Amino acid sequence: MKSERGVYMLIGIFFFAIMVIYFLWSGEAGGSVMLFAAAGLGIMPGLYFSWWVRRMPLRPEDRPEATLAEGSGAVGAFPSNTIWPFVLGMGSALTALSLVFGAWLAVVGLSFIISTALNVTLESRRGGSI
Amino acid sequence: MTIIDEEIGAPHSGQAHHDEEPKGVLLWLTSTDHKIIGKNYMYTSLVFFIIAGALAMLIRTQLFAPNNHFVSQQTYNELFTIHGSMMLYLFAGPFAFGGFANYILPLQIGAPDMAFPRLNALSYWLYLTGGISMLLGFLTASGAAAFGWVSYAPLSSATNSPGAGPDLWIVSIMLVGFSGIFTAVNLVTTTFYLRAPGLTMFRMPIFVWNMLVTGLLILIAFPVLTAALIMLYADRHLGTHIYSVAGGGMPVLWQNLFWFFGHPEVYILALPFFGMVSEIIPVFSKKPVFGYKGLVFATLAIAGLSTGVWAHHMFTTGTVLLPFFSALSLLIAVPTGIKIFTWIGTMWGGQVEFKSPMLFVIGFIVVFTMGGITGVLLASPPIDFATHDTYFVVAHFHQVLFGTTVFAGFGGFFYWYPKLTGRMFREGLAKLQFWLIFIGFNVTFLPQYLLGLQGMPRRIAEYLPADHFTTLNRISSVGAYITGFAFIVWMANMWISWRKPIPASANPWDGHTLEWAADSPPSHHNFEKLPPIRSQRPVWDMNHPEAADHKASHNGTRAGNIEKSEKSR
Repeated sequence: MKSERGVYMLIGIFFFAIMVIYFLWSGEAGGSVMLFAAAGLGIMPGLYFSWWVRRMPLRPEDRPEATLAEGSGAVGAFPSNTIWPFVLGMGSALTALSLVFGAWLAVVGLSFIISTALNVTLESRRGGSI
Repeated sequence: MTIIDEEIGAPHSGQAHHDEEPKGVLLWLTSTDHKIIGKNYMYTSLVFFIIAGALAMLIRTQLFAPNNHFVSQQTYNELFTIHGSMMLYLFAGPFAFGGFANYILPLQIGAPDMAFPRLNALSYWLYLTGGISMLLGFLTASGAAAFGWVSYAPLSSATNSPGAGPDLWIVSIMLVGFSGIFTAVNLVTTTFYLRAPGLTMFRMPIFVWNMLVTGLLILIAFPVLTAALIMLYADRHLGTHIYSVAGGGMPVLWQNLFWFFGHPEVYILALPFFGMVSEIIPVFSKKPVFGYKGLVFATLAIAGLSTGVWAHHMFTTGTVLLPFFSALSLLIAVPTGIKIFTWIGTMWGGQVEFKSPMLFVIGFIVVFTMGGITGVLLASPPIDFATHDTYFVVAHFHQVLFGTTVFAGFGGFFYWYPKLTGRMFREGLAKLQFWLIFIGFNVTFLPQYLLGLQGMPRRIAEYLPADHFTTLNRISSVGAYITGFAFIVWMANMWISWRKPIPASANPWDGHTLEWAADSPPSHHNFEKLPPIRSQRPVWDMNHPEAADHKASHNGTRAGNIEKSEKSR
């Protein structure tokens, strides 16, 4: 977890330094704000990881000498085949295309999105299938 | 390692059962397996690549002769806009971080799937619908978007670019942008949380490092583009004046926002392919990668610097701090140079096998280095002022982007093709394809540097005989046709591989990283059994225990152990 924190903090600190130099040199607001946001993208998750680094032991993937047996147990929960990402994708695309072809298309798109929200919830309760 | 089917409330352990997995179209529509989604991305992006390449052929045909009327000026504008947009938004990025990363990254870190499989599937559908939306523009009365892939204000305003085509372009990029953001979230989370035991961050393959950094760059860059597009749409239809002077807005704000996305985007497109190169060279040189940590930190440095140089595309606007952006742009040459030296250092003293993936990679190094050096020239404002918006810039960015996405991309494609399909391709046809592309590409783009220096502006549909651009344009067009023919050879290769398959073993190249420990193609959750991970090259260690890297780090030099391995063969 320390290396993960390092990646985020390195990015955050780099952009913060660049932002300070750029702002003091150019006085330009737009670019400075974008660099500030980029610094935040590094520092916020970096601080979150820092919080965890102090509170949890090293994971097997953080220890060079860890054995594969230490990774036994549930890795995670992975869904089997499901139609709902497709339905959500079509719904999102139709809703976005309503910006071009008119609001009526959003009615169709949003109905797809809402049905996905309902059905993915039900699917998770059932155990995940089409 | 155990994988459980998702069942909230009563989780159980045990291998997942996938006997009832659907087949055919239903599998394509419903799968959440990273390998199927990765293949979907790869094949879809290759279709977009072929379409965009066909548009390039039309562009080069129009420019073959002076005063040519092969297509109208409006159509020409649409052709180069959609060619650039498809190549950058629909091919280069999704081919790498949607296709290769989706398929290869979980395998390389010993994971059973991506961290968020449903989100992964959603990303693909947003990408596909986004791509189709862009092409729909050609079917509208106003035609497709015609303002270039950069969509500069005020050219992209409702007055200057009316109709549904430009709106479809905006919606398309929004959808593809969200798809990219979701994929990036998946890549970063998977890399941080699903690595196999013993696979520390500094043992990860360089490809994984590069995809991680690409993911972070996407998270920085794409939201800015999406916000800029929403404001562009608001200007076009909701009466705002964010980018129009008439209402108190600033057209140059679009350029700032766009390039804050656009320059990192160049590296979002390049870094994954650098990762592929860093995988291929060690395998075909039979050596570990030279300067592993140097490569990792060079990747991080490129990512950081690339986000601080957005305004080097705007030198001629007169509104940007030239020394700051010039200095940072020149600095990028340092980590990029480190990469090129480490790739050459990896080959140095190795037993280089000139198989087709390696040929493509060497072609990449040659072409990309030329493009990189002209980039250093363009980072200097006086040179940029003289060459801005000429064919010199067109040649530069094609050398950089074609070098990475096509040379390195097809190197990666052929390298992992046996893993993806369980089949081999025809080596002779792949080599023929390489030489056709290498010759065709250089014949196309080297004359364009000269055209640019002679003053030929980019994005013009016609030129006069008196301009003396004809001969170089003709050479360039012939080169483009040779390049186009190379992809017909590639399709023939794929067809033969499909109809007359030669089965591939699990590890046909004597690869080093974990994906080569899985079957070809891998089973549903990837691995039956993982080898112990004690170095950056666990599969090499497993297959060459006498020359294992972890022994080398304890007992002596790696080079000595490689010699030992060769003697023992």
